[in-house]
Amino acid sequence: MNKEQDKIINDITQGEYKYGFYTDVETDTIPKGLSEDVVRLISEKKKEPEFMLEYRLKAFRHWLTKKMPNWAHLKIPKINFQDIIYYAAPKQKVQPDSIDDIDPELKKTFDKLGIPLDEQKMLTGVAVDAIMDSASVKTTFQETLAEHGIIFCPLSEAIKEYRDLIKKYLGTVVPYTDNYFAALNSAVFSDGSFCFIPKGVRCPMELSTYFRINAANTGQFERTLIIAEEDSYVSYLEGCTAPRRDENQLHAAVVEIIALRNAEVKYSTVQNWYPGDKNGKGGIFNFVTKRGICKGDNSKISWTQVETGSAITWKYPSCILRGNNSVGEFYSVAVTNNFQQADTGTKMIHIGKNTKSTVVSKGISAGRSNNSYRGLIKVLKNADNARNFSQCDSLLLGDKCGAHTFPYLEVDNQSAIIEHEATTSKIGEDQIFYCNQRGISTEDAVGLIVNGYAREVINKLPMEFAVEAQNLLQITLEGSVG
Amino acid sequence: MNMGEVVPKTDIVKKLVDSYYRNADILNKSNSVFINEKREEGIKYFKKLGIPGRKNENYKYTNLEPVFSHPFRNAISPSNKYFDRDQIFKCDIPTLDTNVILLLNGFYFDRKTPLRELSSGALVGSFAKASTEYPELVEKYYGKYAQITNEGLVALNSAFVQDGIFIYVPKGIVLQKPLQIVNLIASDDDIMVQHRNLFVLEENTGATVIVCDHTFSPHKFLTNSVTEIYAGPDSRFNFTKVQNEHNDAMQISHTYLNQGENSKVTSNLITLHGGLVRNNFFVRLNGNGCENNTTGLFLVDKRQHIDNYAYIDHAKPYCTSNQLFKGVLDDFATGAFNGKILVRRNAQKTQAYQANNNILLTNDARMNTKPQLEIYADDVKCSHGATVGQLDEDALFYMRARGIGEREARLMLMYAFANEIINQIKVEPLRERINHLVDMRLRGELSRCQNCAMNCG
Repeated sequence: MNKEQDKIINDITQGEYKYGFYTDVETDTIPKGLSEDVVRLISEKKKEPEFMLEYRLKAFRHWLTKKMPNWAHLKIPKINFQDIIYYAAPKQKVQPDSIDDIDPELKKTFDKLGIPLDEQKMLTGVAVDAIMDSASVKTTFQETLAEHGIIFCPLSEAIKEYRDLIKKYLGTVVPYTDNYFAALNSAVFSDGSFCFIPKGVRCPMELSTYFRINAANTGQFERTLIIAEEDSYVSYLEGCTAPRRDENQLHAAVVEIIALRNAEVKYSTVQNWYPGDKNGKGGIFNFVTKRGICKGDNSKISWTQVETGSAITWKYPSCILRGNNSVGEFYSVAVTNNFQQADTGTKMIHIGKNTKSTVVSKGISAGRSNNSYRGLIKVLKNADNARNFSQCDSLLLGDKCGAHTFPYLEVDNQSAIIEHEATTSKIGEDQIFYCNQRGISTEDAVGLIVNGYAREVINKLPMEFAVEAQNLLQITLEGSVG
Repeated sequence: MNMGEVVPKTDIVKKLVDSYYRNADILNKSNSVFINEKREEGIKYFKKLGIPGRKNENYKYTNLEPVFSHPFRNAISPSNKYFDRDQIFKCDIPTLDTNVILLLNGFYFDRKTPLRELSSGALVGSFAKASTEYPELVEKYYGKYAQITNEGLVALNSAFVQDGIFIYVPKGIVLQKPLQIVNLIASDDDIMVQHRNLFVLEENTGATVIVCDHTFSPHKFLTNSVTEIYAGPDSRFNFTKVQNEHNDAMQISHTYLNQGENSKVTSNLITLHGGLVRNNFFVRLNGNGCENNTTGLFLVDKRQHIDNYAYIDHAKPYCTSNQLFKGVLDDFATGAFNGKILVRRNAQKTQAYQANNNILLTNDARMNTKPQLEIYADDVKCSHGATVGQLDEDALFYMRARGIGEREARLMLMYAFANEIINQIKVEPLRERINHLVDMRLRGELSRCQNCAMNCG
C-alpha cells in the first residue's frame, strides 16, 4: 500500500500550474534598474502630486541604508535589484469608460483566469479591480458602490482624487521605515487598490482585487489601502497568478488596513503565484508586508489566507489591536511542494484593553519543500485582559520536506491569557485504512483528509473563494500524499 | 588573593583576550597538552564570536554584554582562603546519603585526594587532575559535543578552563549512591568563574548526579560553566541541578548531553534564586531508541532574570523526548524560555513533546517564550505548547468557598503548579527537601541559602 500511496503523492504534488500562460500585449516599460531617477519617472508616469514623490524619495533613501533581512528560515538567492524593471503597464487607457475600450487580449486573459471584466457576466456580488503588472486594467461595479458612498478604485487614481484621505492614512500602518521590502515598495509602488467604506455602511458586495504578473523581468510592487470608518463592514478578496518562467520574479507588496470604531474588515487571500517547476527553477519571490490596525474600540480585522504558490513566501499579515475590545484573527493554510519555501505567520500586538486574537495556521509540506510558521503574540503593559489562542498544525507528506514552528510569545501583563499549541504529524495509516475499508481509494482518502485538515480555515473564506481554494489545494498537492 | 585580572568595562572581548594571553602560563600549568591546545582554539573562536548580544536570536531576551562589562576578577587559580568544609557546608537533608564533592570557585576543593577511585572502579574528582592522569579518556570526550565553533561563551570557557568535576563510570557499573556536587562561590571580591565538568558513562551504566549551586559572600559573581555529559549505550542517568544563588550572582551554564543507543536520561533544573540565570541545555539523541526527559522549574521575584534554553536534537530514529518547563514570576522579574526540537531527516518514528507554562503574579513581571519545532522527517509525532497566564480564578473560588483563605489558596495552587516538576525528581529525600524549599520560596521565606552557615544575605 505504501508504494501506491507514494505514487499518489507524486501525482498530487506534480500537478501542473494552470495559470502559467503569457499574454502578448503591448507593454509600456521603463529600463531596468533602480535609482532616484527611476522613482521620479514612476511618479511622473502616474502623474502624481508632489507630496507622493517626496514620500517615495524619502522611502528610497531609507531603503538604500537597509540590508536585506536574513532571519527567516529561507534560502533566498541573491537578488539583483538593478536587474528588475520597476514599471510595466499594458498600453491602454488607464480606466476605460466601458468594457469595449479594454484591449480584447487583456479581456481574454482575465476571462481565462476566470475573472470576467464584463459586469453582466460576473458573479453578482463581487466587484473586481483587475491589475496587470503595474497598472489597473478595470474596476467593475464602481457606480453601484458609489451609490453607497463607497470608494473602490485603483490607488493611483485615489492619490490624485482623494488626496486628503491618502495623506491622512497612507503609510500610517506600514511606514516606509518598517522593513526592507516595505521601504522598497514605498519607493516604487505602481498601483493597487484603494477602498474606503464610509461611516455606517455595510458594503453590499465582496470587493476583490486580482493581481496578474505578465511582463518578463519585472517586479510587481502593488499597494493596497483599506479604510473602514466607524460602524462599517467590508469583505475584501485578493487573488494572484503569474506566467510560468525560468527566472525568478520579485513581488513586494504592502497592504494597510485601518478599522475605526465598531468597524469590521475581512481580508481573504488566495495566493497562487507561479511556484517554480518541479526542480525548483523559476517562480515568484513573494515578500509581502500586510498589516491592519484596529484603531477604534470594538473593531475587528480578520485575515484569511490560502498560500499555495510562490517559490519563496515571506509574509506575516498582522493586527495591531489598539482599540479596547478589538479583535484580530488570522486563519492560514500554507501549502508548499517541490522546492517551494514558505516562512509565514502573523503578529498580534495587544495594546488596548480586553483585546482578543485567534491564530489558526495549517501548514502542509510535500516534496522537498520547507514550510515555517513564525508568529509573534505581544501583550503590552496596559493591555489588561488580553486573550490569545494560537494553534499551528503541520502536516508532512513525504520524508524530504520540512515543517517548522517558531512562535514568539511576549507577555508584559499579568491578566493576559496566552495559549499556543502546535503539532506536527503525517497522515495516519489508520486513517487511510479506515477510508480504504469503506471503498474510498487512497488518493481520494488523502484528498479527503487534507481537505478536512484545512477545513477550519477554508470555511472562513467567502463562498466563491472557498470552492476555488479547495480545488487549488487538491491541484497543488496532486500526486504527493503518502 | 591577587591571582587574576580585573576585567575593565570597555571593549570587553578585547580585554578578555588580552587577559588570556597575559595569563597563558598560569592557565597552561595544570592541564594536559590536549586541553591547552583546545584553549588556543577556544580563544580564537571567542575573538570571532564574542559575547552574544541581543542581535543573537538565541539570546534575544537576555543581553549578556552588560553582564560581562562589570569589572570581575577572573578566578584562574584556586582560592587559598581556608574553609572548614564541614562548617560551611552542612547539608541539611539528613536522610540524603550521597557522595559529596565540593567545588569552590570552580576548583576542586579536596586537594589531598584530587581524584578518587570508588570501590566500583568509577573515577570521581578534579577535571584538571584527570586530564593529566587519564589523558586518553579525557581526550576521547572533551569538546566533542560542546560547540566551540558557534557558541562564543563555550569558546571562552574552553580558553580559560582550569578545573571542574570529572566523573567516569566504567562499563557495566551502576553507582548506588548519588553523587552530589556542591558548587560554592565565596570570595572577598567580584569574581568570574569558568569551570568545566565532564561526565562519562560507559555502556550499560547507571548514575545519579545532583548539582547544588550556592553563593557564600555578598559579592557579584559571574559563572560561565560548561558541562559535557556522555551517556553511553543502555545507560541510565539522572541529573538534578538546583540553583540557589543570591541576587547579585549571574550564572550562565551550558550543559551538553550526548546520548547513545537506548540510553535514558532525566534532567531536572530547579532555579530557586539567582540574579541573572541563563541555562543552555543541548541534548543530542545520538542512537536509536533514546529517551530523554528534560524538565525545569523556576521561581523568580524582585528584579531577577531567568532564561532557559533547551535544544533537543533528534539525530537518530525511534527516540522519545519530553520537555516541560514551568515558571512563576513575581515582582519585577523577567523570564524567558526558548525551546527547540530538531528532528533530522532520517529520525523517523520520533516522538517529541515540549511544553512551557508560566504564571505571572504581578503586572510588572514579564515572560517571553519561544517554543520551536524544526522537523525534517515525516513519520513523527511532535507537538508543543506554551501558555502564559495567571492562577485560575474558578479554582481559587472553589477553595475559598470551602473555607480556605485567599493567600493559602493561592499558595496551594502555585504549589500544585510547581509540583508537576518536583515529582520528576527521582531521589526521594531530595524531592522532599525541594518540596519544602519550594513551599518556603513561594511563601517568601526563603530569602537566602538555607543550609549556609555564613549569613551573607
